[in-house]
Amino acid sequence: MIDRPVVPATARKVPARKVRGNGLATVVFLLPMLVAFGVFSWFPIGRALVMSVQQTNLVTPATFVGVDNYVYVLHDPDLWTAIRNTGYFAGLALVFGYPIPLLLAVLMSEVRRWRGVYTALAYLPVVVPPVVAVLLWKFFYDGGPTGVFNTVLGWIGLGPYPWLNSSSLAMPSLVLEATWAAAGGTVIIYLAALTAVPPELYDAAEVDGASIRQKVWHVTLPQLRGVLLVTMILQLIGTAQVFLEPYLFTGGGPSKATLTLLLLVYDYAFGSSLSGDFGAATALSVMLAVVLALLSALYYRLTRSWSQS
Amino acid sequence: MMSIRSTTALTIAGLAGLGLLTACGGDSDSDEGASGKVSITVASDAGLTPEAISSYDQQIATFRKKYPNIEVKREEYTWTGPTFAAKLAGGTLPDVFTLPFTDGRTLIARRQVADISDEISKLPYANSFNPNVVAAGKSDDGSVELVPIAAYGQALHYNRALFEEAGLDPDKPPTTWAEIRSAADQIAEKTGQAGYAVMTKGNTGGWILSTEAYAMGGRMTQANGDEQKATVDNAGAKEALRLVQDMRWQDDSMGSNFGYDWNGINQAFAAGKIGMFVTGGGTYDNLVSQNEIKPDDYGLTVLPLEGADAGVLGGGTLAAVSVKADDAEKAAAVKWIDFFYMQKLITQEGAVRDAQNRQTDKQPVGTPQLPVFDQATEQKRLEWIKSYVDVPLEQMTNYTSAAFQQPLVPEPPVATQDLYAALDPVVQKVLTDRNANVDELLSQANSEVQNVLDRG
Repeated sequence: MIDRPVVPATARKVPARKVRGNGLATVVFLLPMLVAFGVFSWFPIGRALVMSVQQTNLVTPATFVGVDNYVYVLHDPDLWTAIRNTGYFAGLALVFGYPIPLLLAVLMSEVRRWRGVYTALAYLPVVVPPVVAVLLWKFFYDGGPTGVFNTVLGWIGLGPYPWLNSSSLAMPSLVLEATWAAAGGTVIIYLAALTAVPPELYDAAEVDGASIRQKVWHVTLPQLRGVLLVTMILQLIGTAQVFLEPYLFTGGGPSKATLTLLLLVYDYAFGSSLSGDFGAATALSVMLAVVLALLSALYYRLTRSWSQS
Repeated sequence: MMSIRSTTALTIAGLAGLGLLTACGGDSDSDEGASGKVSITVASDAGLTPEAISSYDQQIATFRKKYPNIEVKREEYTWTGPTFAAKLAGGTLPDVFTLPFTDGRTLIARRQVADISDEISKLPYANSFNPNVVAAGKSDDGSVELVPIAAYGQALHYNRALFEEAGLDPDKPPTTWAEIRSAADQIAEKTGQAGYAVMTKGNTGGWILSTEAYAMGGRMTQANGDEQKATVDNAGAKEALRLVQDMRWQDDSMGSNFGYDWNGINQAFAAGKIGMFVTGGGTYDNLVSQNEIKPDDYGLTVLPLEGADAGVLGGGTLAAVSVKADDAEKAAAVKWIDFFYMQKLITQEGAVRDAQNRQTDKQPVGTPQLPVFDQATEQKRLEWIKSYVDVPLEQMTNYTSAAFQQPLVPEPPVATQDLYAALDPVVQKVLTDRNANVDELLSQANSEVQNVLDRG
């Protein structure tokens, strides 16, 4: 049984010959990119792999230590705390942060007037520099009764809540800010994808008497599934590497409640002013990269049939 | 058409060219030319005003008159933990730079700074340093490899305006920890601000807990022959944490922010949000230059010392030379350290020049500091700069009248930052969890610190 289309031999050869024919030009145009990627991406990746099996402070000569750094990291109790916290952040972001942009995009696509204004408003947080946004939210999260959120909640008899000063509230607080900061970008992607949904599908659904909820469930979501899959894997990878929020808001506290994997990498390398443990930092980075690559591959395999159906 | 071989050759040529460029960009081993001239880079604070830069350049010109063969280039550098770590690892520190006492001995042990002990030993005052102060710059064999240029003891800083508002006498600050607790309670109740606050982030939580533990007779490590034993679960640390726990949960006198680092707490204190906090005795400089505190609101007093063997945790600044410096650069660097950092402590000309420069840069003059040499030398310096002093010394008399008699105890000598880092979460837990178990937390932290000490 033939499970792929038969391509004539000549057709297969033409592109290859074209590339060879323009080899010099191709290489010349590629060279700057290759050099840039080589120097700024591939070399550091290779260097990180080497450093993960060394003990080095980057001043005195490095010594080869085999898998000692990996063993050290795997036996560090902070690793499991960081994995739990990162998983918690990713989970909360998936449950709350993932559907919100979709909901906003669907609602905005239904709006007939002022859509540009709503789009701009939704995208505005993305334009605010992340550090400024965090400083702003720190102000909102002031744990005293005069804090912005506590004042507002006080009007309805709630609070005051300690927000960032509470082990149980700190992580959800970070997720809330991260969702606010990132939702705009995803909303734009969904809005663009929604314009590609053929309007006749909605017309047909309406003729069949479908409600708005049914139209979303049976038309919109299936039509967006490709985009949804991509944004989900991007979000998973992004949240697994969350650093900015815990670093700027809480520094991993209180009492390690927001210590994430990337923050742990940072702490290994720069937590001490004495040039910390670069071996452990790179070993954890390599492990994280491998896990994310495997996760992406697995995700791709699991969802391939769905995205193609 | 181009063959695969040609393509490969071109790529190799490109990469070779890149390698050549990299080679051309590298530093030569020494900046010493055939003429015997040597060039060094020296740290100057980041963010100086144009006037301050100009006065710095004048100092360089004066130095060059004295040492025409030494070329000095100014390089912006201010010590912060993460940037120092990156610069140290990347080899981009200036030839002469400064760092806190905390890191001195570990950097020496790890051979991450140049050994300038020979050059230091030739200085006329090499044997006159205050032994408690110079200990931070000594290697295990006792040679001085880093130069102490400023020293301080931890102190209690308080806001006089909040004291008055709370009905407390700002001229009679607390002299016991129990009085600190009751004053904090009164301030919180009467003003709504935090009566007492502590730092908790970026290793500062451990730093302040160690300070409080020292003041209650505790020590965080103990030498056991060549090895160090972790003792962070000592009685002083337990007492200190319980006090903080009571102030937080029984009195509710510590405000609502438990995520302060050094900058954050200075900022909040200068803004009048904190009644009292503990940090280095010389922090007034920063409170003025970075946080614009109202001088009238500022008060400084000594830490209460309670219990046998209680002492004040000391700190300070060391001048160091980059590990990349060769012999000629090391000699030149020590001459600069002597000229720029030390002459102002021991000669009238240097002291006056420094006071004038500080005023040019709108920095306070006369903030109390502990003697790098001895009390008599420090007194002389204060006399020389008397007419330039503009800090409210009368609001610091509770400190200046007693600080120099208090026993100064150096920070834990090994893996100091790691020790502090292990204690940050302990302090955070006590401040954010009503049911935190002090004994358990300190016992866990002790095991963590011991692991770090064992790892070396």
